[in-house]
Amino acid sequence: MKAAPAVVLLLVPASFALAIAFGGVDLAPGRLGEALLGRGDEIAREIVWGVRAPRALAGFACGGLLALAGCLLQVLLRNPLADPAILGVSGGAAAGALGAMLAGAAAAGVDLAAFAGAAIAAGAVFAFSLGRSGWNPYRVLLTGVALASGFGALVGLILALAPSSQVQGMLFWLLGDLSPAGDPTAALVVLAACAGLASSQAGALDVLILGEDKARSLGVAVTRLHAMAFGCATLATVAAVLLGGAIGFVGLVVPHLLRLSGVHRHALLLPLAACLGGSLLALADTLARTVAAPAELPVGVLTAMIGVPVLLLLLARLR
Amino acid sequence: MLNAAALRLSMGGRELVRDLDLSLAPGQCWALLGRNGAGKTSLIHALAGLRAPQAGAVALDGVPLSGIGRRDLARRVAVLLQDEESDFWGSVLDYVMLGRYPRSKSAWGRDEEGLAQARPLLAELDLGDRAAQAYRTLSGGERQRARLAQVLLQDTEVLLLDEPLQHLDLRHQAQVMRALATRASAGRTVLAALHEPGHAARHCGFAVLLYDAGRASLGRSSDMLTQANLEALYQCRLEPAGARSFLPS
Repeated sequence: MKAAPAVVLLLVPASFALAIAFGGVDLAPGRLGEALLGRGDEIAREIVWGVRAPRALAGFACGGLLALAGCLLQVLLRNPLADPAILGVSGGAAAGALGAMLAGAAAAGVDLAAFAGAAIAAGAVFAFSLGRSGWNPYRVLLTGVALASGFGALVGLILALAPSSQVQGMLFWLLGDLSPAGDPTAALVVLAACAGLASSQAGALDVLILGEDKARSLGVAVTRLHAMAFGCATLATVAAVLLGGAIGFVGLVVPHLLRLSGVHRHALLLPLAACLGGSLLALADTLARTVAAPAELPVGVLTAMIGVPVLLLLLARLR
Repeated sequence: MLNAAALRLSMGGRELVRDLDLSLAPGQCWALLGRNGAGKTSLIHALAGLRAPQAGAVALDGVPLSGIGRRDLARRVAVLLQDEESDFWGSVLDYVMLGRYPRSKSAWGRDEEGLAQARPLLAELDLGDRAAQAYRTLSGGERQRARLAQVLLQDTEVLLLDEPLQHLDLRHQAQVMRALATRASAGRTVLAALHEPGHAARHCGFAVLLYDAGRASLGRSSDMLTQANLEALYQCRLEPAGARSFLPS
């Protein structure tokens, strides 16, 4: 149990090493080593530094953002089933992206529509969650679930109307896919900013688990903390969805994996969740690229296939 | 000194407290008694600054609670709430240490001073051997004592406790009441909502009786906790229990 932080921290370089070593094109160890040092043939250098490294970083950023958002939402809503999809942001982005694909928009147009859909969903959750007595987590939950259902229906409608030639691309977007992920720099900046901001409130988040009244009585500015957690979770979800589509399961499972491994203080839980979520998604994406190469599988399918048995195993051990 | 002046509290259109003037001085231990739904919890929440009264004001040493920062207030007033939604994953010691939050400088690192205070508190409440155990594996009574230890670790001049004896067996009821009386003797202000007048009479020098429809009376326990007052308070006949009833010493 005490080994969890060390294992997670070792997993980060290991996941990057595997993501860079393996792919659709076989690179012999010598050629790979040369390319890593910036020497050797140009094709190998381009594969390592132009394709695999940015893709590994994109996977890390996306997984880290989803796990961080899941952590924050689970404490904000005091609901162990909360994950980024519960905000309706993923659904809004999916409806926007698929609508743009149906309209024949280019990649930039799809990204813009996904962002617009996510922003509309986040704005609606925020507006409906502010009651007369201030912020209300239960309204966040209900509004998010309602929006997610509504967007789910809209996505179903778009899939029904779409010509069969477009459906596979849409399904990949819905299942989560890092192949079209571009420059991960913006997502990494959002990850660092959200992780830093949320970690600065780690002690208050620990106390918030006891309930809002207890947290207030212990000196926590609860409304401000809710706004910070909701803002970071929303921003993280939007950034992740724009990078990798609607990748499920990482945001739900990673925080639980860490808690079941004995990590519960947010000072450790938040950064470790970002590292573990990022590493797992980078690993899952490596598998997605290599298992059926040259074809690529949707990475969201693999995150679920890895995450479900691991979580069930940990739950069984704790029974 | 925690003062409530002309306090009026209502809930769902029902008046719970009307024009209550209450002064809780250092060194005093107060019992708060009343029927279920009389407004004990609402009064404790108002005294702790967790809810705004419909009228009147609560002040700590003359400063309205609304004028004191949330964290500053938490260093001076601690509250044991009746209900707590908690799915806490850590150990009993981790749980109790959350009482240090108002004084903590950082969420990182070890709070040696807090740990040095927490361990004797756990021992005082018979939880010394439970420190490393997972909080969620505790029984209801053990959790209640851990919650009390957390409140005591907050190390405040005022302690407001909503049903501190719930879930506790006789031995631990006496232990907790002694712990509260000791704090009062040491100059802290204690107010506890209780359901057992015997504990109130034995350990609390003062009592507030909350009747229905917002009426309250308060004073020394010896004057307040009479058979006639308690029959009026609980709206039922009472009789001396004599040898058939026991209170832990």
